[in-house]
Amino acid sequence: MSLRRRLAPYWLMGPGLLWLILFFVVPMYFMGEMALRSGTLATGYTFDWAWSNFPDSLSGRGDQIGRTFFYSGTATVLALLIAYPLAYAIAFRAGRFKLLLLFAVIAPFFTTYLIRTIAWKTILSDDSPVVSVLQTLSLTPGDGRVLATSGAVIAGLTYNFLPFMILPLYANLERLDLRLVEAAKDLYSSSRTAFIKVTLPLTMPGIVAGVLLTFIPAFGDYINAQLLGGTGQAMIGNVIQSLYLAQRDYPEAAALSFLMMGLILAIVLVYIRFAGTEAFMGDEVEEET
Amino acid sequence: MSAPARAWDWLRRNALLIYAGLAVAYMLIPIAVIAIFSFGATPKDKLTFALDNGFTTEYWQTMFSIPELNDALGTSLRLAFFTTLIATAIGTAMAIALVRHRFHGKKLANLLIVIPMATPEVVIGASLLSMFIYYSFALGFTTLLIAHVMFSISFVVVVVRSRLIGFDRNLEEAAADLGAGPFTTFRTVTLPLLAPGIVAAALLAFALSIDDFVISNFNSGTTVTFPLYVYGVSLRGIPVQVNALATLLFLIATVAVALVLFQQRRAEKMAAVQPEPEGGPLPLPGTAAAQ
Repeated sequence: MSLRRRLAPYWLMGPGLLWLILFFVVPMYFMGEMALRSGTLATGYTFDWAWSNFPDSLSGRGDQIGRTFFYSGTATVLALLIAYPLAYAIAFRAGRFKLLLLFAVIAPFFTTYLIRTIAWKTILSDDSPVVSVLQTLSLTPGDGRVLATSGAVIAGLTYNFLPFMILPLYANLERLDLRLVEAAKDLYSSSRTAFIKVTLPLTMPGIVAGVLLTFIPAFGDYINAQLLGGTGQAMIGNVIQSLYLAQRDYPEAAALSFLMMGLILAIVLVYIRFAGTEAFMGDEVEEET
Repeated sequence: MSAPARAWDWLRRNALLIYAGLAVAYMLIPIAVIAIFSFGATPKDKLTFALDNGFTTEYWQTMFSIPELNDALGTSLRLAFFTTLIATAIGTAMAIALVRHRFHGKKLANLLIVIPMATPEVVIGASLLSMFIYYSFALGFTTLLIAHVMFSISFVVVVVRSRLIGFDRNLEEAAADLGAGPFTTFRTVTLPLLAPGIVAAALLAFALSIDDFVISNFNSGTTVTFPLYVYGVSLRGIPVQVNALATLLFLIATVAVALVLFQQRRAEKMAAVQPEPEGGPLPLPGTAAAQ
């Protein structure tokens, strides 16, 4: 192999890796540094190994932390329940509508995330027909409002991150060898047993990938809680945003973001350890020789 | 079979499709609401529902009559343009290296590409802001561009990489056999076959950039992008022109994606030009034995 060819990958990777190191890895260092500063906005923050920022950033925020897990967890489960049958239908039953359905799945991406969420705010507003139907069915809480409730925030999160659940599930289901399901049925298994013993285990990688890709952005989100929730629906993301941009208590905000990053990173690394980077990168590359 | 029994049977057989239809409706409802509201003659100060006050195209005609909105949109388009240019070039090079070459630290490089995609946006925004604060770097268009390129790179790599994996290397070898140099081969064979992947990646980068709110919210300073403008006015009630604009952007994106899909199919057909299989006019030596 010539020297030129041996050096080529480093030239090709160089600019991108440099960008990612300078503007993703290095900022994490500065966030850690910021998290260990103390002081006030007026006097400026100075670095003095203020480890207490970490426990401080969590104390008194039990509600927001609990809510974040509950909202993003519920939204992920709901998204899975909506997405699995839909992905299955697109993969095996859609026929000539397949492309159209796939388009419908990614269509929300063509409108701004913020405007979509504001549209939900309109849909769930007090004078909307959707809410009057819910009221008639007695599905609304006591005062008949939907907006500014936990339900509205969960609905928004579910909606906004649903495509991230559908796409990996669809990619997985599409590669499913239907002959295996047929074989199970030939061996006298019922449709239900064939699904539980064959289809479900084979699509587990897609389920795990979808759950991860839905849970992570939902966990860090603050738009849904802000636009669809009220004062009692704030999540960790809202706390970080307000600490950074409104109160400008940078050290505490950095400490809290750092803890969030640590948690997510731990989940992702455990996942990659067992399943590789496939969920994020698509098919594995066959090594070139 | 009685009528109710037949109806029940039909329902059972099509339950999955009905469920899928409902799920798709759920995905499309907000988009429909945005489009319908852009034609609704609503009084400016109060949010009444949909077309209660009649139909109007007023907001489509005055779509570009709000100066702040135009400025924000202009900033967003400029930002998305430069983001796309830089991220697509850098990301495509990385994808080529990852698929075509072996090198030290490939696993680590993969990890470095994957982790930003799995990081909550609020953390990316916050960490970049921490760094910019440390260096007292003025927030504005430059910091936005840095951030947008950063989060777009990974997605470009993924899209171009998947296209490269399905790439038939024989076509390049054929070009080389026919006397083409490496550069000619790259220009006349590799690039045209790769083009749909690169275009798709560029579109994705553009869409990600123009749509980003969270990371921009942290690193924009006083610069206002389209989503930041919408956020700013959402507290007072957004002008209906925003709905018209969002609908227009949706239509443009739809057409762009349709064109890419069409182009991709053509490229696939082009790549599928292969020697006739066994029994064809010119069976290649070895193909029969391989089967």
